[in-house]
Amino acid sequence: METIVENIQGVPLNHYILFCSIIFTIGVIGVLIRRNVIIIMMSIELMLNSVNLLLTAFSAHSGDPAGQVFVFFIMALAAAEVAVGLAIIVMVYRNTRSVDINALNRLRG
Amino acid sequence: MSVFYFVAFLSIFFALMTIFTKNPVHSVLYLVITFFTFTVHYILLNAQFLAVVNFIVYMGAIMVLFLFVLMLLNLNKDTEPLKSNLVKLMGVIAGACLLLTVGGSLRVLEISQPIVMKNPDIGLVGNLGKVLFSDFLLPFEISSILLLTAMVGAVLLAKNEPKKA
Repeated sequence: METIVENIQGVPLNHYILFCSIIFTIGVIGVLIRRNVIIIMMSIELMLNSVNLLLTAFSAHSGDPAGQVFVFFIMALAAAEVAVGLAIIVMVYRNTRSVDINALNRLRG
Repeated sequence: MSVFYFVAFLSIFFALMTIFTKNPVHSVLYLVITFFTFTVHYILLNAQFLAVVNFIVYMGAIMVLFLFVLMLLNLNKDTEPLKSNLVKLMGVIAGACLLLTVGGSLRVLEISQPIVMKNPDIGLVGNLGKVLFSDFLLPFEISSILLLTAMVGAVLLAKNEPKKA
């Protein structure tokens, strides 16, 4: 464990922020350019994960365990979101025979 | 120290592959690899509890759920209609603008001191459990209600109700 702790010493906090911003941006781009609803949900998962990692990095930086508890809550929330979201996708697919996001524009009254 | 940069490069590479691969099943598999590199990041930060939970919940449960739905809907072909190149370009430009804004604001604040762990055993199970069951007891119980609600909602939504009349 000592070598692990020594490994991480020396990485500036700025690099963690930059790295998590890049991953978050990749998630945003995925939401914008794909049309498959399932892949859009996967991009949302990517964004949630980047925020989780940044919270953990800040928590380790300031020595406060509350950040890691928040990450735990976000994981529970993500599990609930995925279950409900995939159920909705299965329902939509049963009605429209497609997972194209443009098939959902009939919600527009 | 260089381990972080190597794993960060792998994460970015596989995340890009996730959103640019055409086949949805390959996309899910790339996302699994991305989450595995995130687990390595947690281990590097000595957040052992989060590493294990990330491994089991994300890679084990959520990704299997995605793959299961993909196989159930029989979508493992390249049938996805693609957006036009103009929309793709606009999406990439919008994302680059977001990254530019965050990165630019990062240059202003100068907190570039390296991460020094004051107490390295902050992410161990015992320490986190003490915090979770003393300071965060009420949110913990509420999240259990959230999970129950999600389960009931998912079952209700996915149930095939019989046609009336």
